[in-house]
Amino acid sequence: MPPSPSPDLRAQGFAGRGLACRRGERLVFAGLAFTLPPGGALALTGPNGSGKSSLLRVMAGLTPPEAGVLGWDGAEVRQDPAAHRARLHFIGHHDAVKPVLTVAETLAFWAGMRGGQAVAPALARFGLTALADWPCRLLSAGQRRRLALARLAASPAPLWLLDEPLTGLDSDAVSDLAGAIAGHRAQGGLVAYSTHAPLPLDGVATLSLTDFAARTVA
Amino acid sequence: MSAFRLLVLRDLRLALRQGGDAAMVVAFFVLTVILFPFGVGPEAALLSRIAAGVVWVTALLAALLSLERLFLADWEDGSLEALALMPLPLEAQVLAKCLAHWLVAGLPLIVVAPLLALLLHLDAAGYPVLLLSLLLGTPTLSLIGAVGAALSLGARRGGVLLSLLVLPLYIPVLIFGVAAVEASIGGFGARPHLLLLGALLAGALVLAPVAAAAALRQALE
Repeated sequence: MPPSPSPDLRAQGFAGRGLACRRGERLVFAGLAFTLPPGGALALTGPNGSGKSSLLRVMAGLTPPEAGVLGWDGAEVRQDPAAHRARLHFIGHHDAVKPVLTVAETLAFWAGMRGGQAVAPALARFGLTALADWPCRLLSAGQRRRLALARLAASPAPLWLLDEPLTGLDSDAVSDLAGAIAGHRAQGGLVAYSTHAPLPLDGVATLSLTDFAARTVA
Repeated sequence: MSAFRLLVLRDLRLALRQGGDAAMVVAFFVLTVILFPFGVGPEAALLSRIAAGVVWVTALLAALLSLERLFLADWEDGSLEALALMPLPLEAQVLAKCLAHWLVAGLPLIVVAPLLALLLHLDAAGYPVLLLSLLLGTPTLSLIGAVGAALSLGARRGGVLLSLLVLPLYIPVLIFGVAAVEASIGGFGARPHLLLLGALLAGALVLAPVAAAAALRQALE
């Protein structure tokens, strides 16, 4: 029987309650709750294997939670998965970049799939303008990561879910990303990200996954 | 531009830039058919008797050859996970990828099939129906293959598993495809067989995207 939405699920923004996630035989976390108000940022911390990526995949709807509910502006997310997909950007571990497409083609494809057009501004935002016509096989790991992150700026979506966004980024790119996130939050956007290194952002709530390790639940 | 068209064009562009796939499938088709006269001897009557079957079986194997990559590359580089979170439903995306696969790996087979049929002394009466049966049958092969490709994602030796999953399901297409050609050569109407091929295609168009999308979601969990 699904648990009834609790008061914090009725709040504006994105919230989760009683979340548990199973990978194979192992319960990764249980009894996890979070709230992310409009304009809010949530940093997921914890050692390797503590379930940061799993939680982001649950938030995105890629992995169904073992237990618990997710809510958006008071409505349960699972009742309308299509609407949830339409409102989120998920940047996972892999950059989803094809070696034979150019940088501009790659971004135009991902933006177009969401009805976005803002390819040139997004390339500029992440310092990729000069590389626009390069085939992606020539990019370094950090440049590929920038290209993946440029998807955020190329089409609008209120919820950003970023899995280890800083991997491979130099300090310029980190401040580009911090600037993009600040702009997104100023317009009421939400962001949740997992990281081992702090991002230079104000007013970030921190969720430590170690507090919800499955052993804390009977 | 609609997201569906965008995905078809992107897959076509990838196939053309990577170059190998379409050319490899056609080369496999041609070479394998050419092996038959060497294997069974150049006697025209015998070749003419087996021509329709050889062309159909080889087309089926050639289509299978390129299916393994249908979702695998997208799965490995994270594109599939990103695609699954796009507003366009995954079922429609499967259909778009099948269309691109058919344009790259199915349509070229239909183009070279008459030449190979000539090589095998296919009776002149069989040509139009051979083309028509391939036109109706090969999209079904792509669609059924997509289900197998989605199910075998992440499996070790996925290509072998894919063949084992998909080849039994190809049998009805093969039976009616060959029967249509034989019927037209024998002076019977090919229409019932072609209608059955059309029915298989209609069924696959509806069911295969749903099944493949479900398998993809499973693979992404």
